[in-house]
Amino acid sequence: MSTTETSSSESANDDFTPVTDWATDFDHADPQYNRNAHEIWAELRGTCPVAHSDRYGGTWLPTTHEYVREIAYDTENFTSRAVIVEKMVPPDPAPIGGAPPITSDPPFHIEARKLLLPPFAPKKIELWEPEVRTLCRGLLDSMMADVAAGKTIDAAADYAKRIPVNVISRMLGFPMSDEDLFLEFVHDVLEGIDDAPEVRFVKIERLIQYIIAQIEDHVENPRDDLTSYLMGVELFGEKLSVEHVGGSIILLLIAGIDTTWSAIGSSLWHLANNPDDLARLIADPSLIPTAVEEFLRVYAPVTMARLVAKDHDFHGCPMKVDDWVLLPFPAANLDPEVFPDADKVLIDRAENRHSAFGLGIHRCLGSNLARLELTIAIEEFIDRFPSFTLGGTEDDVVWSVGQIRGPRELPVQVLAK
Amino acid sequence: MPMRIHVDAEKCQGHNRCYALAPELFDVDDYGNAVVIGDGSVPAELEDRARLALANCPEFAITISE
Repeated sequence: MSTTETSSSESANDDFTPVTDWATDFDHADPQYNRNAHEIWAELRGTCPVAHSDRYGGTWLPTTHEYVREIAYDTENFTSRAVIVEKMVPPDPAPIGGAPPITSDPPFHIEARKLLLPPFAPKKIELWEPEVRTLCRGLLDSMMADVAAGKTIDAAADYAKRIPVNVISRMLGFPMSDEDLFLEFVHDVLEGIDDAPEVRFVKIERLIQYIIAQIEDHVENPRDDLTSYLMGVELFGEKLSVEHVGGSIILLLIAGIDTTWSAIGSSLWHLANNPDDLARLIADPSLIPTAVEEFLRVYAPVTMARLVAKDHDFHGCPMKVDDWVLLPFPAANLDPEVFPDADKVLIDRAENRHSAFGLGIHRCLGSNLARLELTIAIEEFIDRFPSFTLGGTEDDVVWSVGQIRGPRELPVQVLAK
Repeated sequence: MPMRIHVDAEKCQGHNRCYALAPELFDVDDYGNAVVIGDGSVPAELEDRARLALANCPEFAITISE
């Protein structure tokens, strides 16, 4: 294991042991999992389409499109009340869960979701385009000195990561100066899954206290942002509880940042490694929309999770109440039964029924925003740097651990035009 | 008979692929869910776009009758 891989597993606690068999003992917090995800899923899909691990109190991993889709649509046998696999099952009961609506089940789910759909609908999100473009250009400006000096730049940490954190904190009306704090929260929630429960509790509590302070600030100073919006809307004729507002804000903050950052980073990683695709996009920008969808298919960042709600047999797997089930939408997107040439990245793929944003009632609420940010981030990056390559070897690329997959450090060397 | 498109409101989850690919044929409501424009009739020159929208819907919510 290289030093970079060791550093990315800093969140692992003492009882973490490296995985030796992915079919019977997988751990998505093992740094090798996200680094080698495509190979691991392909192997499992062919031999053991539903893997199992005793880790996290028992976790299942389906790897075919058919099975992922079936579970995503089945809200009777699987509950969303917790969606991040961790060592202790969170206490928040169904049907609301801790971060509505992503942790909510029917029939409550749709009511909570309807409150948040309008601000994320396509025509509302389109309005953010100029601001996102300005943001991307500003980030690129700040990299120019290093590029001029011939140094490598970090396209993940200094570009991809900065875009969604900036946009979502503006939407929520949180202080921009707290950007690094938000990134810590995201890391704690999504990558700290291997922490001992008491360590994890302290970290999550810090996030909750921060959100409560922001809500209190909005009580005193209401403004035109999503936080004030959530505090003003009604559900079943009443204002939302502080727990509901806070939970939804946690959802928007956590889900809005890591995911899009990962999609942008993976797309740039692909272009750094595939100069032909980069040259094609530069020569013919009309390919950007199909390229974006293909990057979303192949490098879909989000694996969701469910808890088993009822003991039942799932295609021969004896699933028990409170077993975790990972829903690897990216593995579904690579299933050759559904996608011709599934393992090839075809940036002009016209028919692309991918499920990067999930399937069924929990379709990613922020998908329109994510697509906007991803598209503009790629357009602006390749416009500024029409030729670039990896600034080092694959060992210098640090991949995330956990359910969100993408490069956390991505050294890029800009080449002369 | 002209080609007709239909969106199943029960299946549509607002992925917004049809509206992005064929805005002449599909619109979205305030929740971001798809609706067909007019009565769903597809002019001959847009038939390929209708098929493309169908082939990109992750929820299989679009049907075409010809």
